[in-house]
Amino acid sequence: MDTAVARVADWWRRVLASDVLHSFRSSRLVMLSAAVAAIYFSGAMLAPWLAPQDPFDLAKLQLLDAFTPPVWMEGGEARFPLGSDNQGRDVLSTIMFGSRVSLLVGVASVLFAMLLGVTLGLISGYVGGSVDAFIMRVADIQLSFPAILIALLIDGMVRLAIPGSRHTELAVLVLILSIGLSFWVQYARTVRGVTMVEKNKEYVLAARVIGVPPALIMLRHVLPNVMGPTLVIATINLATAVITEATLSFLGVGVPPTQPSLGTLIRIGNDFLFSGEWWITIFPGAALAILVLSVNLLGDWLRDALNPKLR
Amino acid sequence: MADPLLKVEDLKVEFPTRRGTLVAVDGVSLHIDPGEVLGVVGESGAGKSMTGNAIIGLLEPPGRVAGGRILFEGRRIDDLPYEEMRKIRGRHIGAIFQDPLTSLNPLYTVGRQLIETIRTHDEAVGETDARTRALGLLREVGIPAAEARIDHYPHQFSGGMRQRVVIALALCANPRLIIADEPTTALDVSIQAQIIALIKRLCREHGTAVMLVTHDMGVIAETADRVAVMYSGRIAEIGPVREVIKHPRHPYTVGLMGSIPKVGQRREKLTQIEGTMPRLNAIPRGCAFNPRCPKVFARCREERPDPRPTPGGAVACWLNAAAGRPA
Amino acid sequence: MSSAPRLVEITDLKRYFDVSSPWLNRVIEGRPRQIVKAVDGVSFGIAKGETFSLVGESGCGKSTVARLVVGLYPPSGGRIAFEGKEIGEDRTARAQVQSRMQMIFQDPYASLNPRWRVEDIIAEPIHTRKLIEGKKAIRDRVGELLSQVRLAPADMDKYPHEFSGGQRQRISIARALAGQPEFLVCDEPTSALDVSVQAQILNLMVELQQKFGLTYLFISHNLAVVFHLSTRVGVMYLGKLVEWADTAHLFERPRHPYTRMLLDTIPDLDLTGRQRQPVGGEVPSPINPPSGCSFHPRCPFATERCRAEPPNLRDVSGSSVACHAVEEGRI
Repeated sequence: MDTAVARVADWWRRVLASDVLHSFRSSRLVMLSAAVAAIYFSGAMLAPWLAPQDPFDLAKLQLLDAFTPPVWMEGGEARFPLGSDNQGRDVLSTIMFGSRVSLLVGVASVLFAMLLGVTLGLISGYVGGSVDAFIMRVADIQLSFPAILIALLIDGMVRLAIPGSRHTELAVLVLILSIGLSFWVQYARTVRGVTMVEKNKEYVLAARVIGVPPALIMLRHVLPNVMGPTLVIATINLATAVITEATLSFLGVGVPPTQPSLGTLIRIGNDFLFSGEWWITIFPGAALAILVLSVNLLGDWLRDALNPKLR
Repeated sequence: MADPLLKVEDLKVEFPTRRGTLVAVDGVSLHIDPGEVLGVVGESGAGKSMTGNAIIGLLEPPGRVAGGRILFEGRRIDDLPYEEMRKIRGRHIGAIFQDPLTSLNPLYTVGRQLIETIRTHDEAVGETDARTRALGLLREVGIPAAEARIDHYPHQFSGGMRQRVVIALALCANPRLIIADEPTTALDVSIQAQIIALIKRLCREHGTAVMLVTHDMGVIAETADRVAVMYSGRIAEIGPVREVIKHPRHPYTVGLMGSIPKVGQRREKLTQIEGTMPRLNAIPRGCAFNPRCPKVFARCREERPDPRPTPGGAVACWLNAAAGRPA
Repeated sequence: MSSAPRLVEITDLKRYFDVSSPWLNRVIEGRPRQIVKAVDGVSFGIAKGETFSLVGESGCGKSTVARLVVGLYPPSGGRIAFEGKEIGEDRTARAQVQSRMQMIFQDPYASLNPRWRVEDIIAEPIHTRKLIEGKKAIRDRVGELLSQVRLAPADMDKYPHEFSGGQRQRISIARALAGQPEFLVCDEPTSALDVSVQAQILNLMVELQQKFGLTYLFISHNLAVVFHLSTRVGVMYLGKLVEWADTAHLFERPRHPYTRMLLDTIPDLDLTGRQRQPVGGEVPSPINPPSGCSFHPRCPFATERCRAEPPNLRDVSGSSVACHAVEEGRI
C-alpha cells in the first residue's frame, strides 16, 4: 500500500517537474484552448442538469415559442438566451445537447480507430515480413478513399442490411464505426514506425534474450513508447472526427433528427438562414468552429511539447 | 619565448537552464604555441569539447562565455560579433569534428565544397585554380584517385575517407590553428591510426598548431606535445605529454592512467577511481575531485586549488602545494 | 587445448542478410539480389569458466555472432551446441538453454527501458521465469543484486535517467545476473564508457566471473581490454575467423597479417617512441567481398594463391590461423 502511494506521489512529482507542464504554462493560447475544451466537455456531459431546457422533452416544447430571436434583439426573451428554433426549442440547450452527441461520436470513434490502428500497427511493426506487407497494403488502399466516402459507404451498406426502425437505434453506433474505420490508418502507420525503431533498441533485445514472450514485449515495452505520438494524433483526430460527424449529419446520413448533433442543428437551421432566422444555424456553426479550433490548437501544442525536436 | 598563438585566460562557460545556471567550463587557462599540438583529454562532461567550441565561437545556445578572455595572435576573439568571428573561423582557425558527416553538405560534391571554401577565403582565386588546389589538398590528405573522387558526393566515401575530406576542408585556408574535436572516435582502430599519422604529418609540414580534444589517452600519447587533463570543467593538470603520462601529479591523472588496460602488462585488477564525475549541477565545494580522491584531506573540501607550476606545466592540487608528489 | 569440456561449441556458423532492394524494384530495374554474409562459416568452442573474446573492426560480424549465440537471429547455417546439445532452430531446445544465458549490451542508454523503475528492470528475468514468488522476496533479491554490482539497494526505486552511464551498465549486469545465468554474452559492454568507468566495469566483471563461475563470450574492438580480460581470443575479419589462440600467445606471436596490423594500431602509452607503420586501405564492403582471402587487397604478403583460394584455419604452433603465407612458411 505504501509503495502504491509512493508511486503516485512520485508520478505526480514527475508531472509537476516535466517540460510538458512547463510548456503548457508558458503559452496563454494553449491554456485558453484547454479552458474552452474543458467548458465544452463539462457542458456536454452535464447538459441534462445545466441546460435551461430539455429540448427532447416534447411535452415542454411550445410551438408558439418558435423563432424567438436572441435575447439582445427585439422580441427576444430571457428564457431563450440564443433564441429558439422552428420547434420552439432553446438554441443554447440544443447546442449543449448537440455537443454531447458530437463529442460522444467524436471521442468514441477516435477510441475505436486508436484501438484498431495501434493494435494493427504494433503487430505490423513487430512481426514484420508478409504480415506487415499485408496490413500496410490494406492501409494504402484505404487511404486512397477519402474518409467521408468510406463513412458514406459503410452507412449505406448498414442501411441496406438493417431495416429502417432498427437502423435509427443503431445510427450512432454505425456512425462511430464508420468514422473510426476511416481513421485507423494514421495510427497504424505511426505506431508501426515507432515499433520498428523500438524493437531494435537494446532493451527490447534484452527482453527477448531473457525470454519474455512477444505479446508481453509489445504490451510492456513497445506500447508505452507509442502512446505519445498516438495521443497527439488522437487529439488532432478528435477535431476531424467531430467535423466528419457534422458533415455526415449535415448530409442527412448521420444521427437521427430526434437526437440532433451540432451537424444536424446546422442542417436544420440552414433552411431558415435566408428567411432571417440566422441564429438557428449560426450559433451551432460557431459552437462547432470554436470547439474544433480549440481541440486542434491543443493537438498542435501537444505535438510540439512531446517532440521538442520539431521546434 | 615567442608569443603564444592562442591564449585562453580564466575561461568560464555557462549554460543558463530553467533549473539554474550550469557552469560547464570553470576558470580554464591554457596556451598553444605556433606549430604545437596540445591535447585536451577528459571524460565525458569534463568540459573539453565546450572549451574547444568556445574558442571557435560555436557554443550552442543558451551556452555562453561568461568570463575570461580568449586571445588569438594577441587579439581578443571571444567578444567579436558573429560575422567577424565567422571570418576568423575557417581562415585562421579550422575545425574538425567527430562525425565527418555533419561537417559535409550531402547535396554537394566534395570538390564543390572544397572549391567554394577556398574561394570564400581568398576571393582572388579563380575557379580552375581553386580546383587545382582542391585536388592537391585531396592528394595531400591521402585520398586515392583524387581526380575521380573530387566529383563524388560525401555519402560515396567511407568514414575514414570522409574524415580525410573534412581535414582537407579545414586546411583550405591554411589556418594557423586547427581545433580537432574527437577526430578519430567514430573510426575503426586501423583507420584511427591512419588519421593520427595524417594529422601529425600535416602539422609538421604546414606548421599548423592543433588543439586535439579527445577522451583517448592513446591518441594523445601518439600525437600531442603537451596535454591538459580536464575534470569537471577545470584543468586538473597540464604539461608535456611525457611528463604527464610518466609522472602524473594530480591524483585524478594517476587514477586515469592506471585505469587504462595495457597490452603486455597483465594485471589482476585495473586501478579504479571510485564513483563518477559529478553532474554539472552538483559540483562539490573545494577541489571538484575531492569526493573521489584517495588522498583527500581537509583543505581539499574547503578551498579550490589554484594551478601551481610544475616542470613545463601546472597542476591544481593541494598535495603539490608542498612540492610533494602522490606516491 | 580442446581437452577442457566445452560449454558452447559453434560449428561453421553462418548468417546471411538479404539487403536487396524490394521485389518490385528488382523486377523492374533488373537489379540482382544482394546478400551480405555477415558471418560466414565461423567455428570455435568456449570452455566452462573461461572468457573467449572476439575482436575485429566494425562490420567484421563479431556482434552478429553474439546475437546468433543468444538466439536473437536464427542462423542461416551451421550449428550451435550448448553442453553438447544442439540448439539451432529447435524451439524447445532453445527455450531450455535460453534461461542459462544472458546478454549485456553496448549502449547503457538504450539497454534499459527509460519508463521502468530499476526494480522492474532487474526483476524482469525473475518475473518471466517465475524464479521467485512474492513481492517482498523479489524486492529483497533485487536489493541483493544491486549490492552485488556495487549499487545501493535503495536505488531500485529510481529511474534509469537518474544514473550515469557506468551505473546503468551495472544495472544491466544486475538484470543479467537476475536470470542466474552460467554463460554471459557481452557485446562491447564498455566501449560507450569513459576509461575510468570502464575500469570499474571490467573489474566488476572479473569479480563476478570468479564469484559465480561464469563463462563469458566477450565482443570488443579494443585490443587492450581484450588482452586484459580474456583467456582466448579470436580475430574476425569480414565474417570469418582469421586467427585464434590463447591470449598471451596471440599478443606475443600474432601470425595472421591482419592480427599483426591490429596489434600495431594499439597506441603506445609507454612512449617508447616505437615507429608505427599504419596499414593502408580499409575494410571492403561485405556485399562484394574480395575473392580468395578477403584480406588480400590490404595484405603485404598476398600472392596469386591468396587472390584465388580462401584459406582455412590450420593449427600452427599454438594458434589457429587462416593464412596461406603462414601455411607456406613465408611469414
